[in-house]
Amino acid sequence: MATLDAPRIVTSRAAYADSHTLARYLDTGGYQGLRQALTMFPEQVAAEVDAASLLGRGGAGFPAGRKWSMLRKSPVSYLVVNGDESEPATFKDHFLVERDPHQLVEGVIIAAYALQVTQAFIFLRGEFALGLERVQQAVNEAYEHGALGRGIFGSSFSLDIVVHPGAGAYICGEETALIEALEGKRGFPRIKPPYFPAVTGLYGEPTVVNNVETMSNLPWIVQHGGAAFAALGAGRSTGTRLFALAGRVRNPGVFEIEMVKNTFRDLIFDPRLGGGIIDDRRVKAIIPGGVSAPWFGPELLDLPLGQDEVAERGSMLGSGSIVVMDETSCVVRAAWRITKFFSRESCGQCTPCREGSGWLERILYRLEHGGGRLEDVDLLLDLSDNIAPGLTWPPQQTTICVLGPSIPSSIHAAISMFRDDFYEHVEHGGCPHD
Amino acid sequence: MSHFRSELRQRADELVSLYPRRRSAMLPLLHLAQEQDGYVTDEAMVEVAELTGTTPAEVRGTAAFYDMFHLEPVGRYVVGVCTNIACLLAGGEELLAHASRTLGCAVGGTSTDGLFTLEETECLADCNIAPVVQVNHRYVRTTTPELFDALVDDLRQGRLDHDVPPHGTLIRVRRSGGLRVAREELAAERAESRAARDARAATEAK
Repeated sequence: MATLDAPRIVTSRAAYADSHTLARYLDTGGYQGLRQALTMFPEQVAAEVDAASLLGRGGAGFPAGRKWSMLRKSPVSYLVVNGDESEPATFKDHFLVERDPHQLVEGVIIAAYALQVTQAFIFLRGEFALGLERVQQAVNEAYEHGALGRGIFGSSFSLDIVVHPGAGAYICGEETALIEALEGKRGFPRIKPPYFPAVTGLYGEPTVVNNVETMSNLPWIVQHGGAAFAALGAGRSTGTRLFALAGRVRNPGVFEIEMVKNTFRDLIFDPRLGGGIIDDRRVKAIIPGGVSAPWFGPELLDLPLGQDEVAERGSMLGSGSIVVMDETSCVVRAAWRITKFFSRESCGQCTPCREGSGWLERILYRLEHGGGRLEDVDLLLDLSDNIAPGLTWPPQQTTICVLGPSIPSSIHAAISMFRDDFYEHVEHGGCPHD
Repeated sequence: MSHFRSELRQRADELVSLYPRRRSAMLPLLHLAQEQDGYVTDEAMVEVAELTGTTPAEVRGTAAFYDMFHLEPVGRYVVGVCTNIACLLAGGEELLAHASRTLGCAVGGTSTDGLFTLEETECLADCNIAPVVQVNHRYVRTTTPELFDALVDDLRQGRLDHDVPPHGTLIRVRRSGGLRVAREELAAERAESRAARDARAATEAK
């Protein structure tokens, strides 16, 4: 059974039908964290976030406090919130922007105060039409309420938030590509170094980029203290986290659970969470952190949901998405579809990614749809090795950004775990599941 | 003579004013162009170029990068069916094939009556109700062929006009409020507050 006694930090009011309104937000403690933050010095607010050891919830898992502290010496110009959630099967930020937009806005104001910036941007996926409406509405209401604008709640702190729509490009989740898009350009990731937008960000100025869920944690952290947050979870994985569970489970959804205290099995099988596999079938494989992550087999179901725990076994918790495949799922088709996605979303700047993803996709297509050859299996690995040399985890990089080295994850995993399934496809002249 | 209707031109000018540099308004302006014309027309590109201080070629080059921008006419309803991993495991490919039959158009094509354009989409981040279908970027949550056919019927009869507005992800997004202070003034305030912070840090160090 899952351990579900931790407080709900970011989903406390999600059950209310009107959870997105200012009235409900104020009724349930809304903007109290901000009021409290404004009684503190900005560096004290930053120190609480540092004490919380809040790891960024976007995918890379970089400590938010450390990201901020890189900027302590020089003034920060902009705060940019990454709400371009596009990692396949990740739908937690979608949940947060529609269900609790004020919580996000309050978190952004708190972060802006800690960083002493006066201009913030919330970049949301263009496909989130309702999310865009609700976040803009929350921003409008925050202005009216005095939580935004000139002299927030009577303090000397002023802030403007602009809600910015994306337009359909996975790569814009990469923070430097997101900045390019925010500058009105194609979403091409920038060449590193400089590694961090903290050095050269929006308009070449120091910029902090944080994820929606990361921001949504801040009102609670300020109100309860960083230590209370850090007391939840274990090791480097503190607090609670949203897990987006999808695939062959009875009850897919977004679940907020304490880090590390629960395992993949708890999340997937507990009747209050995933509720088990459809038709009580067996788990064949799980994708633990978005399709950029290498897969796990059922033997790792008892692994705790923690950043280091998953990393030690050669994958990542990534974006907090968990996809479950059962014995009816075709792993060749899954690897093909994931590769097709990367091929379609490659921005095209780097040859290994642009060309490699297309080659891999075509080989996987013929294996799945007929025309595959026995030697294709090793050819897939050889090509993958050209994109991410050594096929290690974390992968070696031959490209500007991490999209390229993410491509081999599912292919390498599927072949390592289910090589015979590939041969079966060759012998059958296509997918035996069809 | 503005290509944008006066109400949209006003919104366009407001959008440009929100950003420190006007080119940043590129994506929102292209969304407005689609809201007016259904797709990004050559005339709109000229105006967006003027508004953002770029050339029409730069506008086209930028628009072409993003999946949501259509450079050719599309149907009144753009129907997107997801087949990415979570939807694949829930029958997304089968639902897409069914949609193609129901709408009478190929994937990527437009029905002969000009009402529907069908697209195979990447993950739309609503994977607990899979396979995911969006119409004009509104989640319609029709996961079965029967529900999909009922949806098409409703759309044809105009019964979903409230839930599924015409093109434009910003069609119901209106900004009110704002920070009407000179940036220089704000910068001076921030410099003051940073100096105070440094002074505190120096005192603490002693």
